[in-house]
Amino acid sequence: MPDHNPSFPQVPESKIVPKKRTRLSLVWIIPMVAAAAGVWIAVTKILNEGPGITIVFQSAEGLEAGKTKIRYNGLDLGTLTTFRLAEDRHNVIATAKMAHRTEPFLVKDTKFWVVKPRLSGLSISGLGTLISGDYIGVELGQSQESERHFIALESPPPIATDTPGRFFMLKTPVLGSLGEGTPIYFRRLQAGQVASYDLDQSGQFLNVKIFVRAPYDQYVNSDTRFWQASGIDLSLSASGLRVQTESVMSILVGGIAFETPATDSAKPPADAGTTFTLFNDRAAAFRPPPLDPQTYLLVFKQSVRGLTVGAPVEIGGIAIGEVTRISPQLDAGTMEFTVPVTVSVDPLRYGVKFLNAPTGPDLVAIRKKVMDSLVSHGLRAQLKMGSLISGSLYVSLAFFPNAPPASFDWSQNPVQMPTESDNIQAIEDSVASLLKNLDLTVTNADKLVGNANQLIGPNSELDMELNSLLLQGNDAARSIRLLADYLERHPEALIRGKTGDSQ
Amino acid sequence: MSTMAPTAMQHGLQSCDACGLLSRPAPGAQEGRCPRCDGELVFRKPASLERTLAYVIAAAVCYIPANVLPVMTTITSGGSESDTIMQGVVLLWSPTGWPLSLIVLCASIMIPSAKIVALLYLLITVRRGSIENNTQRIRLYRMVELIGRWSMVDVFVDTFTVSLIQLQPLMSVEPGPGLLFFAAVVVLTMLAVKSFDPRVIWDSASSKTIQKEVSYARP
Repeated sequence: MPDHNPSFPQVPESKIVPKKRTRLSLVWIIPMVAAAAGVWIAVTKILNEGPGITIVFQSAEGLEAGKTKIRYNGLDLGTLTTFRLAEDRHNVIATAKMAHRTEPFLVKDTKFWVVKPRLSGLSISGLGTLISGDYIGVELGQSQESERHFIALESPPPIATDTPGRFFMLKTPVLGSLGEGTPIYFRRLQAGQVASYDLDQSGQFLNVKIFVRAPYDQYVNSDTRFWQASGIDLSLSASGLRVQTESVMSILVGGIAFETPATDSAKPPADAGTTFTLFNDRAAAFRPPPLDPQTYLLVFKQSVRGLTVGAPVEIGGIAIGEVTRISPQLDAGTMEFTVPVTVSVDPLRYGVKFLNAPTGPDLVAIRKKVMDSLVSHGLRAQLKMGSLISGSLYVSLAFFPNAPPASFDWSQNPVQMPTESDNIQAIEDSVASLLKNLDLTVTNADKLVGNANQLIGPNSELDMELNSLLLQGNDAARSIRLLADYLERHPEALIRGKTGDSQ
Repeated sequence: MSTMAPTAMQHGLQSCDACGLLSRPAPGAQEGRCPRCDGELVFRKPASLERTLAYVIAAAVCYIPANVLPVMTTITSGGSESDTIMQGVVLLWSPTGWPLSLIVLCASIMIPSAKIVALLYLLITVRRGSIENNTQRIRLYRMVELIGRWSMVDVFVDTFTVSLIQLQPLMSVEPGPGLLFFAAVVVLTMLAVKSFDPRVIWDSASSKTIQKEVSYARP
């Protein structure tokens, strides 16, 4: 078939139109470039967006939203963005925008605190913030657990977590002059510091958390003793005045010292977190531990003025125990007032050796037997004057062979030990009689002086006699002078006698 | 529509942009030149609407980072602080400094956005062939053209500050990435104004008049 069908000659030809070109003008590159730049900026901004965290502060003093930085080792890790008051109407909750890639550091044990000028003990810190303004210090935690909500510390942690060393706990009834950052001494070297302290739940004692730095922490084992090295330890003894301090620093800010007694076999270092007792002084720290403590009740009928809890119990001048309790009692039946004193003795602890000790499996029975025989030999407790100046008393155990027989009643608890009315009363009596005698003597002396006064006072008989004696003496002297003069002129008168004409 | 004056284009004539001389266009697709000043001769600026639109969109895109990103970073011994334009406005806003704050707000935030909106308005109305408020629109165009360059002052102030305040240990000022975008907004809006041919405002009006006349003429 041909192209042109001759049977439809009227059909018109299609109109020729120039091909429409939808050419995108080059100018559109400009908005594309702008959009690309914008998108790129947005994407990088989103990608560089750090995590947001919240930190609870006690106060927002010195902090500024949008300005206060969170710094670690001088590096800005973030900025505080907003503040709001917590629901408790007390704390301040700050939100902070952290830097990119800080997520791994925001873990459970990461710590924040406000860095501001601080003066604690002898150290001044944060002086730079006087110029730059306060900032938030941070200590990066080691935990694996991610965290976005933190509670700021009140003060910077004294010990950085990456410092090698170990933490230990000390139990103490009183804090003394300890505080955070108080130095810990080992052989007078500063070996660590107090990290923190808090009151135990029971309210009975304080838990002090200490940190002992790396080379020194290996010397802390289960035998180690810690004691308060705060201030000055003054002791006056027979050998004179003794002043003991740890260092000048410890006088000013207090301190804790520790020492590990040398033992035959080296013990392994104590585990981190081991609890030790903090003793008041070195002597208390090294007091041997109780080995075989026994409690006895001593009933005294005399005054116990001067006896205190903690007063020593001595035998032969050697302390073997101490007074633990003094509680007076009144027997309504006999109307007798007595003072039972509870003592705890532990001869083994104080190094008392037993020679020819009976042996046997039942130690308690042996001890009872020994005590019974001691008492039957006259062992009695007695109060004795420890110091005449302070009037302090101590309990002395001594043998009184002539004492009335006594025995233990082992059914009691604590067991009552027989006491001997001691010589304190006798001392008091004799002092009283001495004073009485003294009084008498003084009266006699007074009388004596009165008599003497009567005897030799003016206008007394003696006085007048003395006066006349003196006058006569005077006359005698004059006569002798006349005689001497006459003899000088008439020596012959010695032989011939006085001649009347020669006159 | 008797107020509609005949345009040169309707008469097949080109007027020189520079010296205003009317001349006949070059024959065919050849490029014409003004016989008096040798300026390029066109009926209307080529692809005026398309170019303007492209510039305006680019400016609008740049406007966002210009306001979001900091334009200036002040580094003092206490740390660095980056401020966006809006933060600067807030910073200046004080009982005594509020006029200054208003100036910055107008010059740096409101005028660039107003320019973009005005240009978009012009583009849309021209595109839709509006014949209303022609005089108002050309007035708007002139205002945009006049005001446009002044926004650049911001950029100059910023650059001066950056170059002057370099007291190294105490403080220094560095430009922020927002500044570049801000400068781009100003330049792009200026380019958009330049590429817009105000004569198109009347083109649609006259063409519509013609159409109307034609439609009236038809029975």
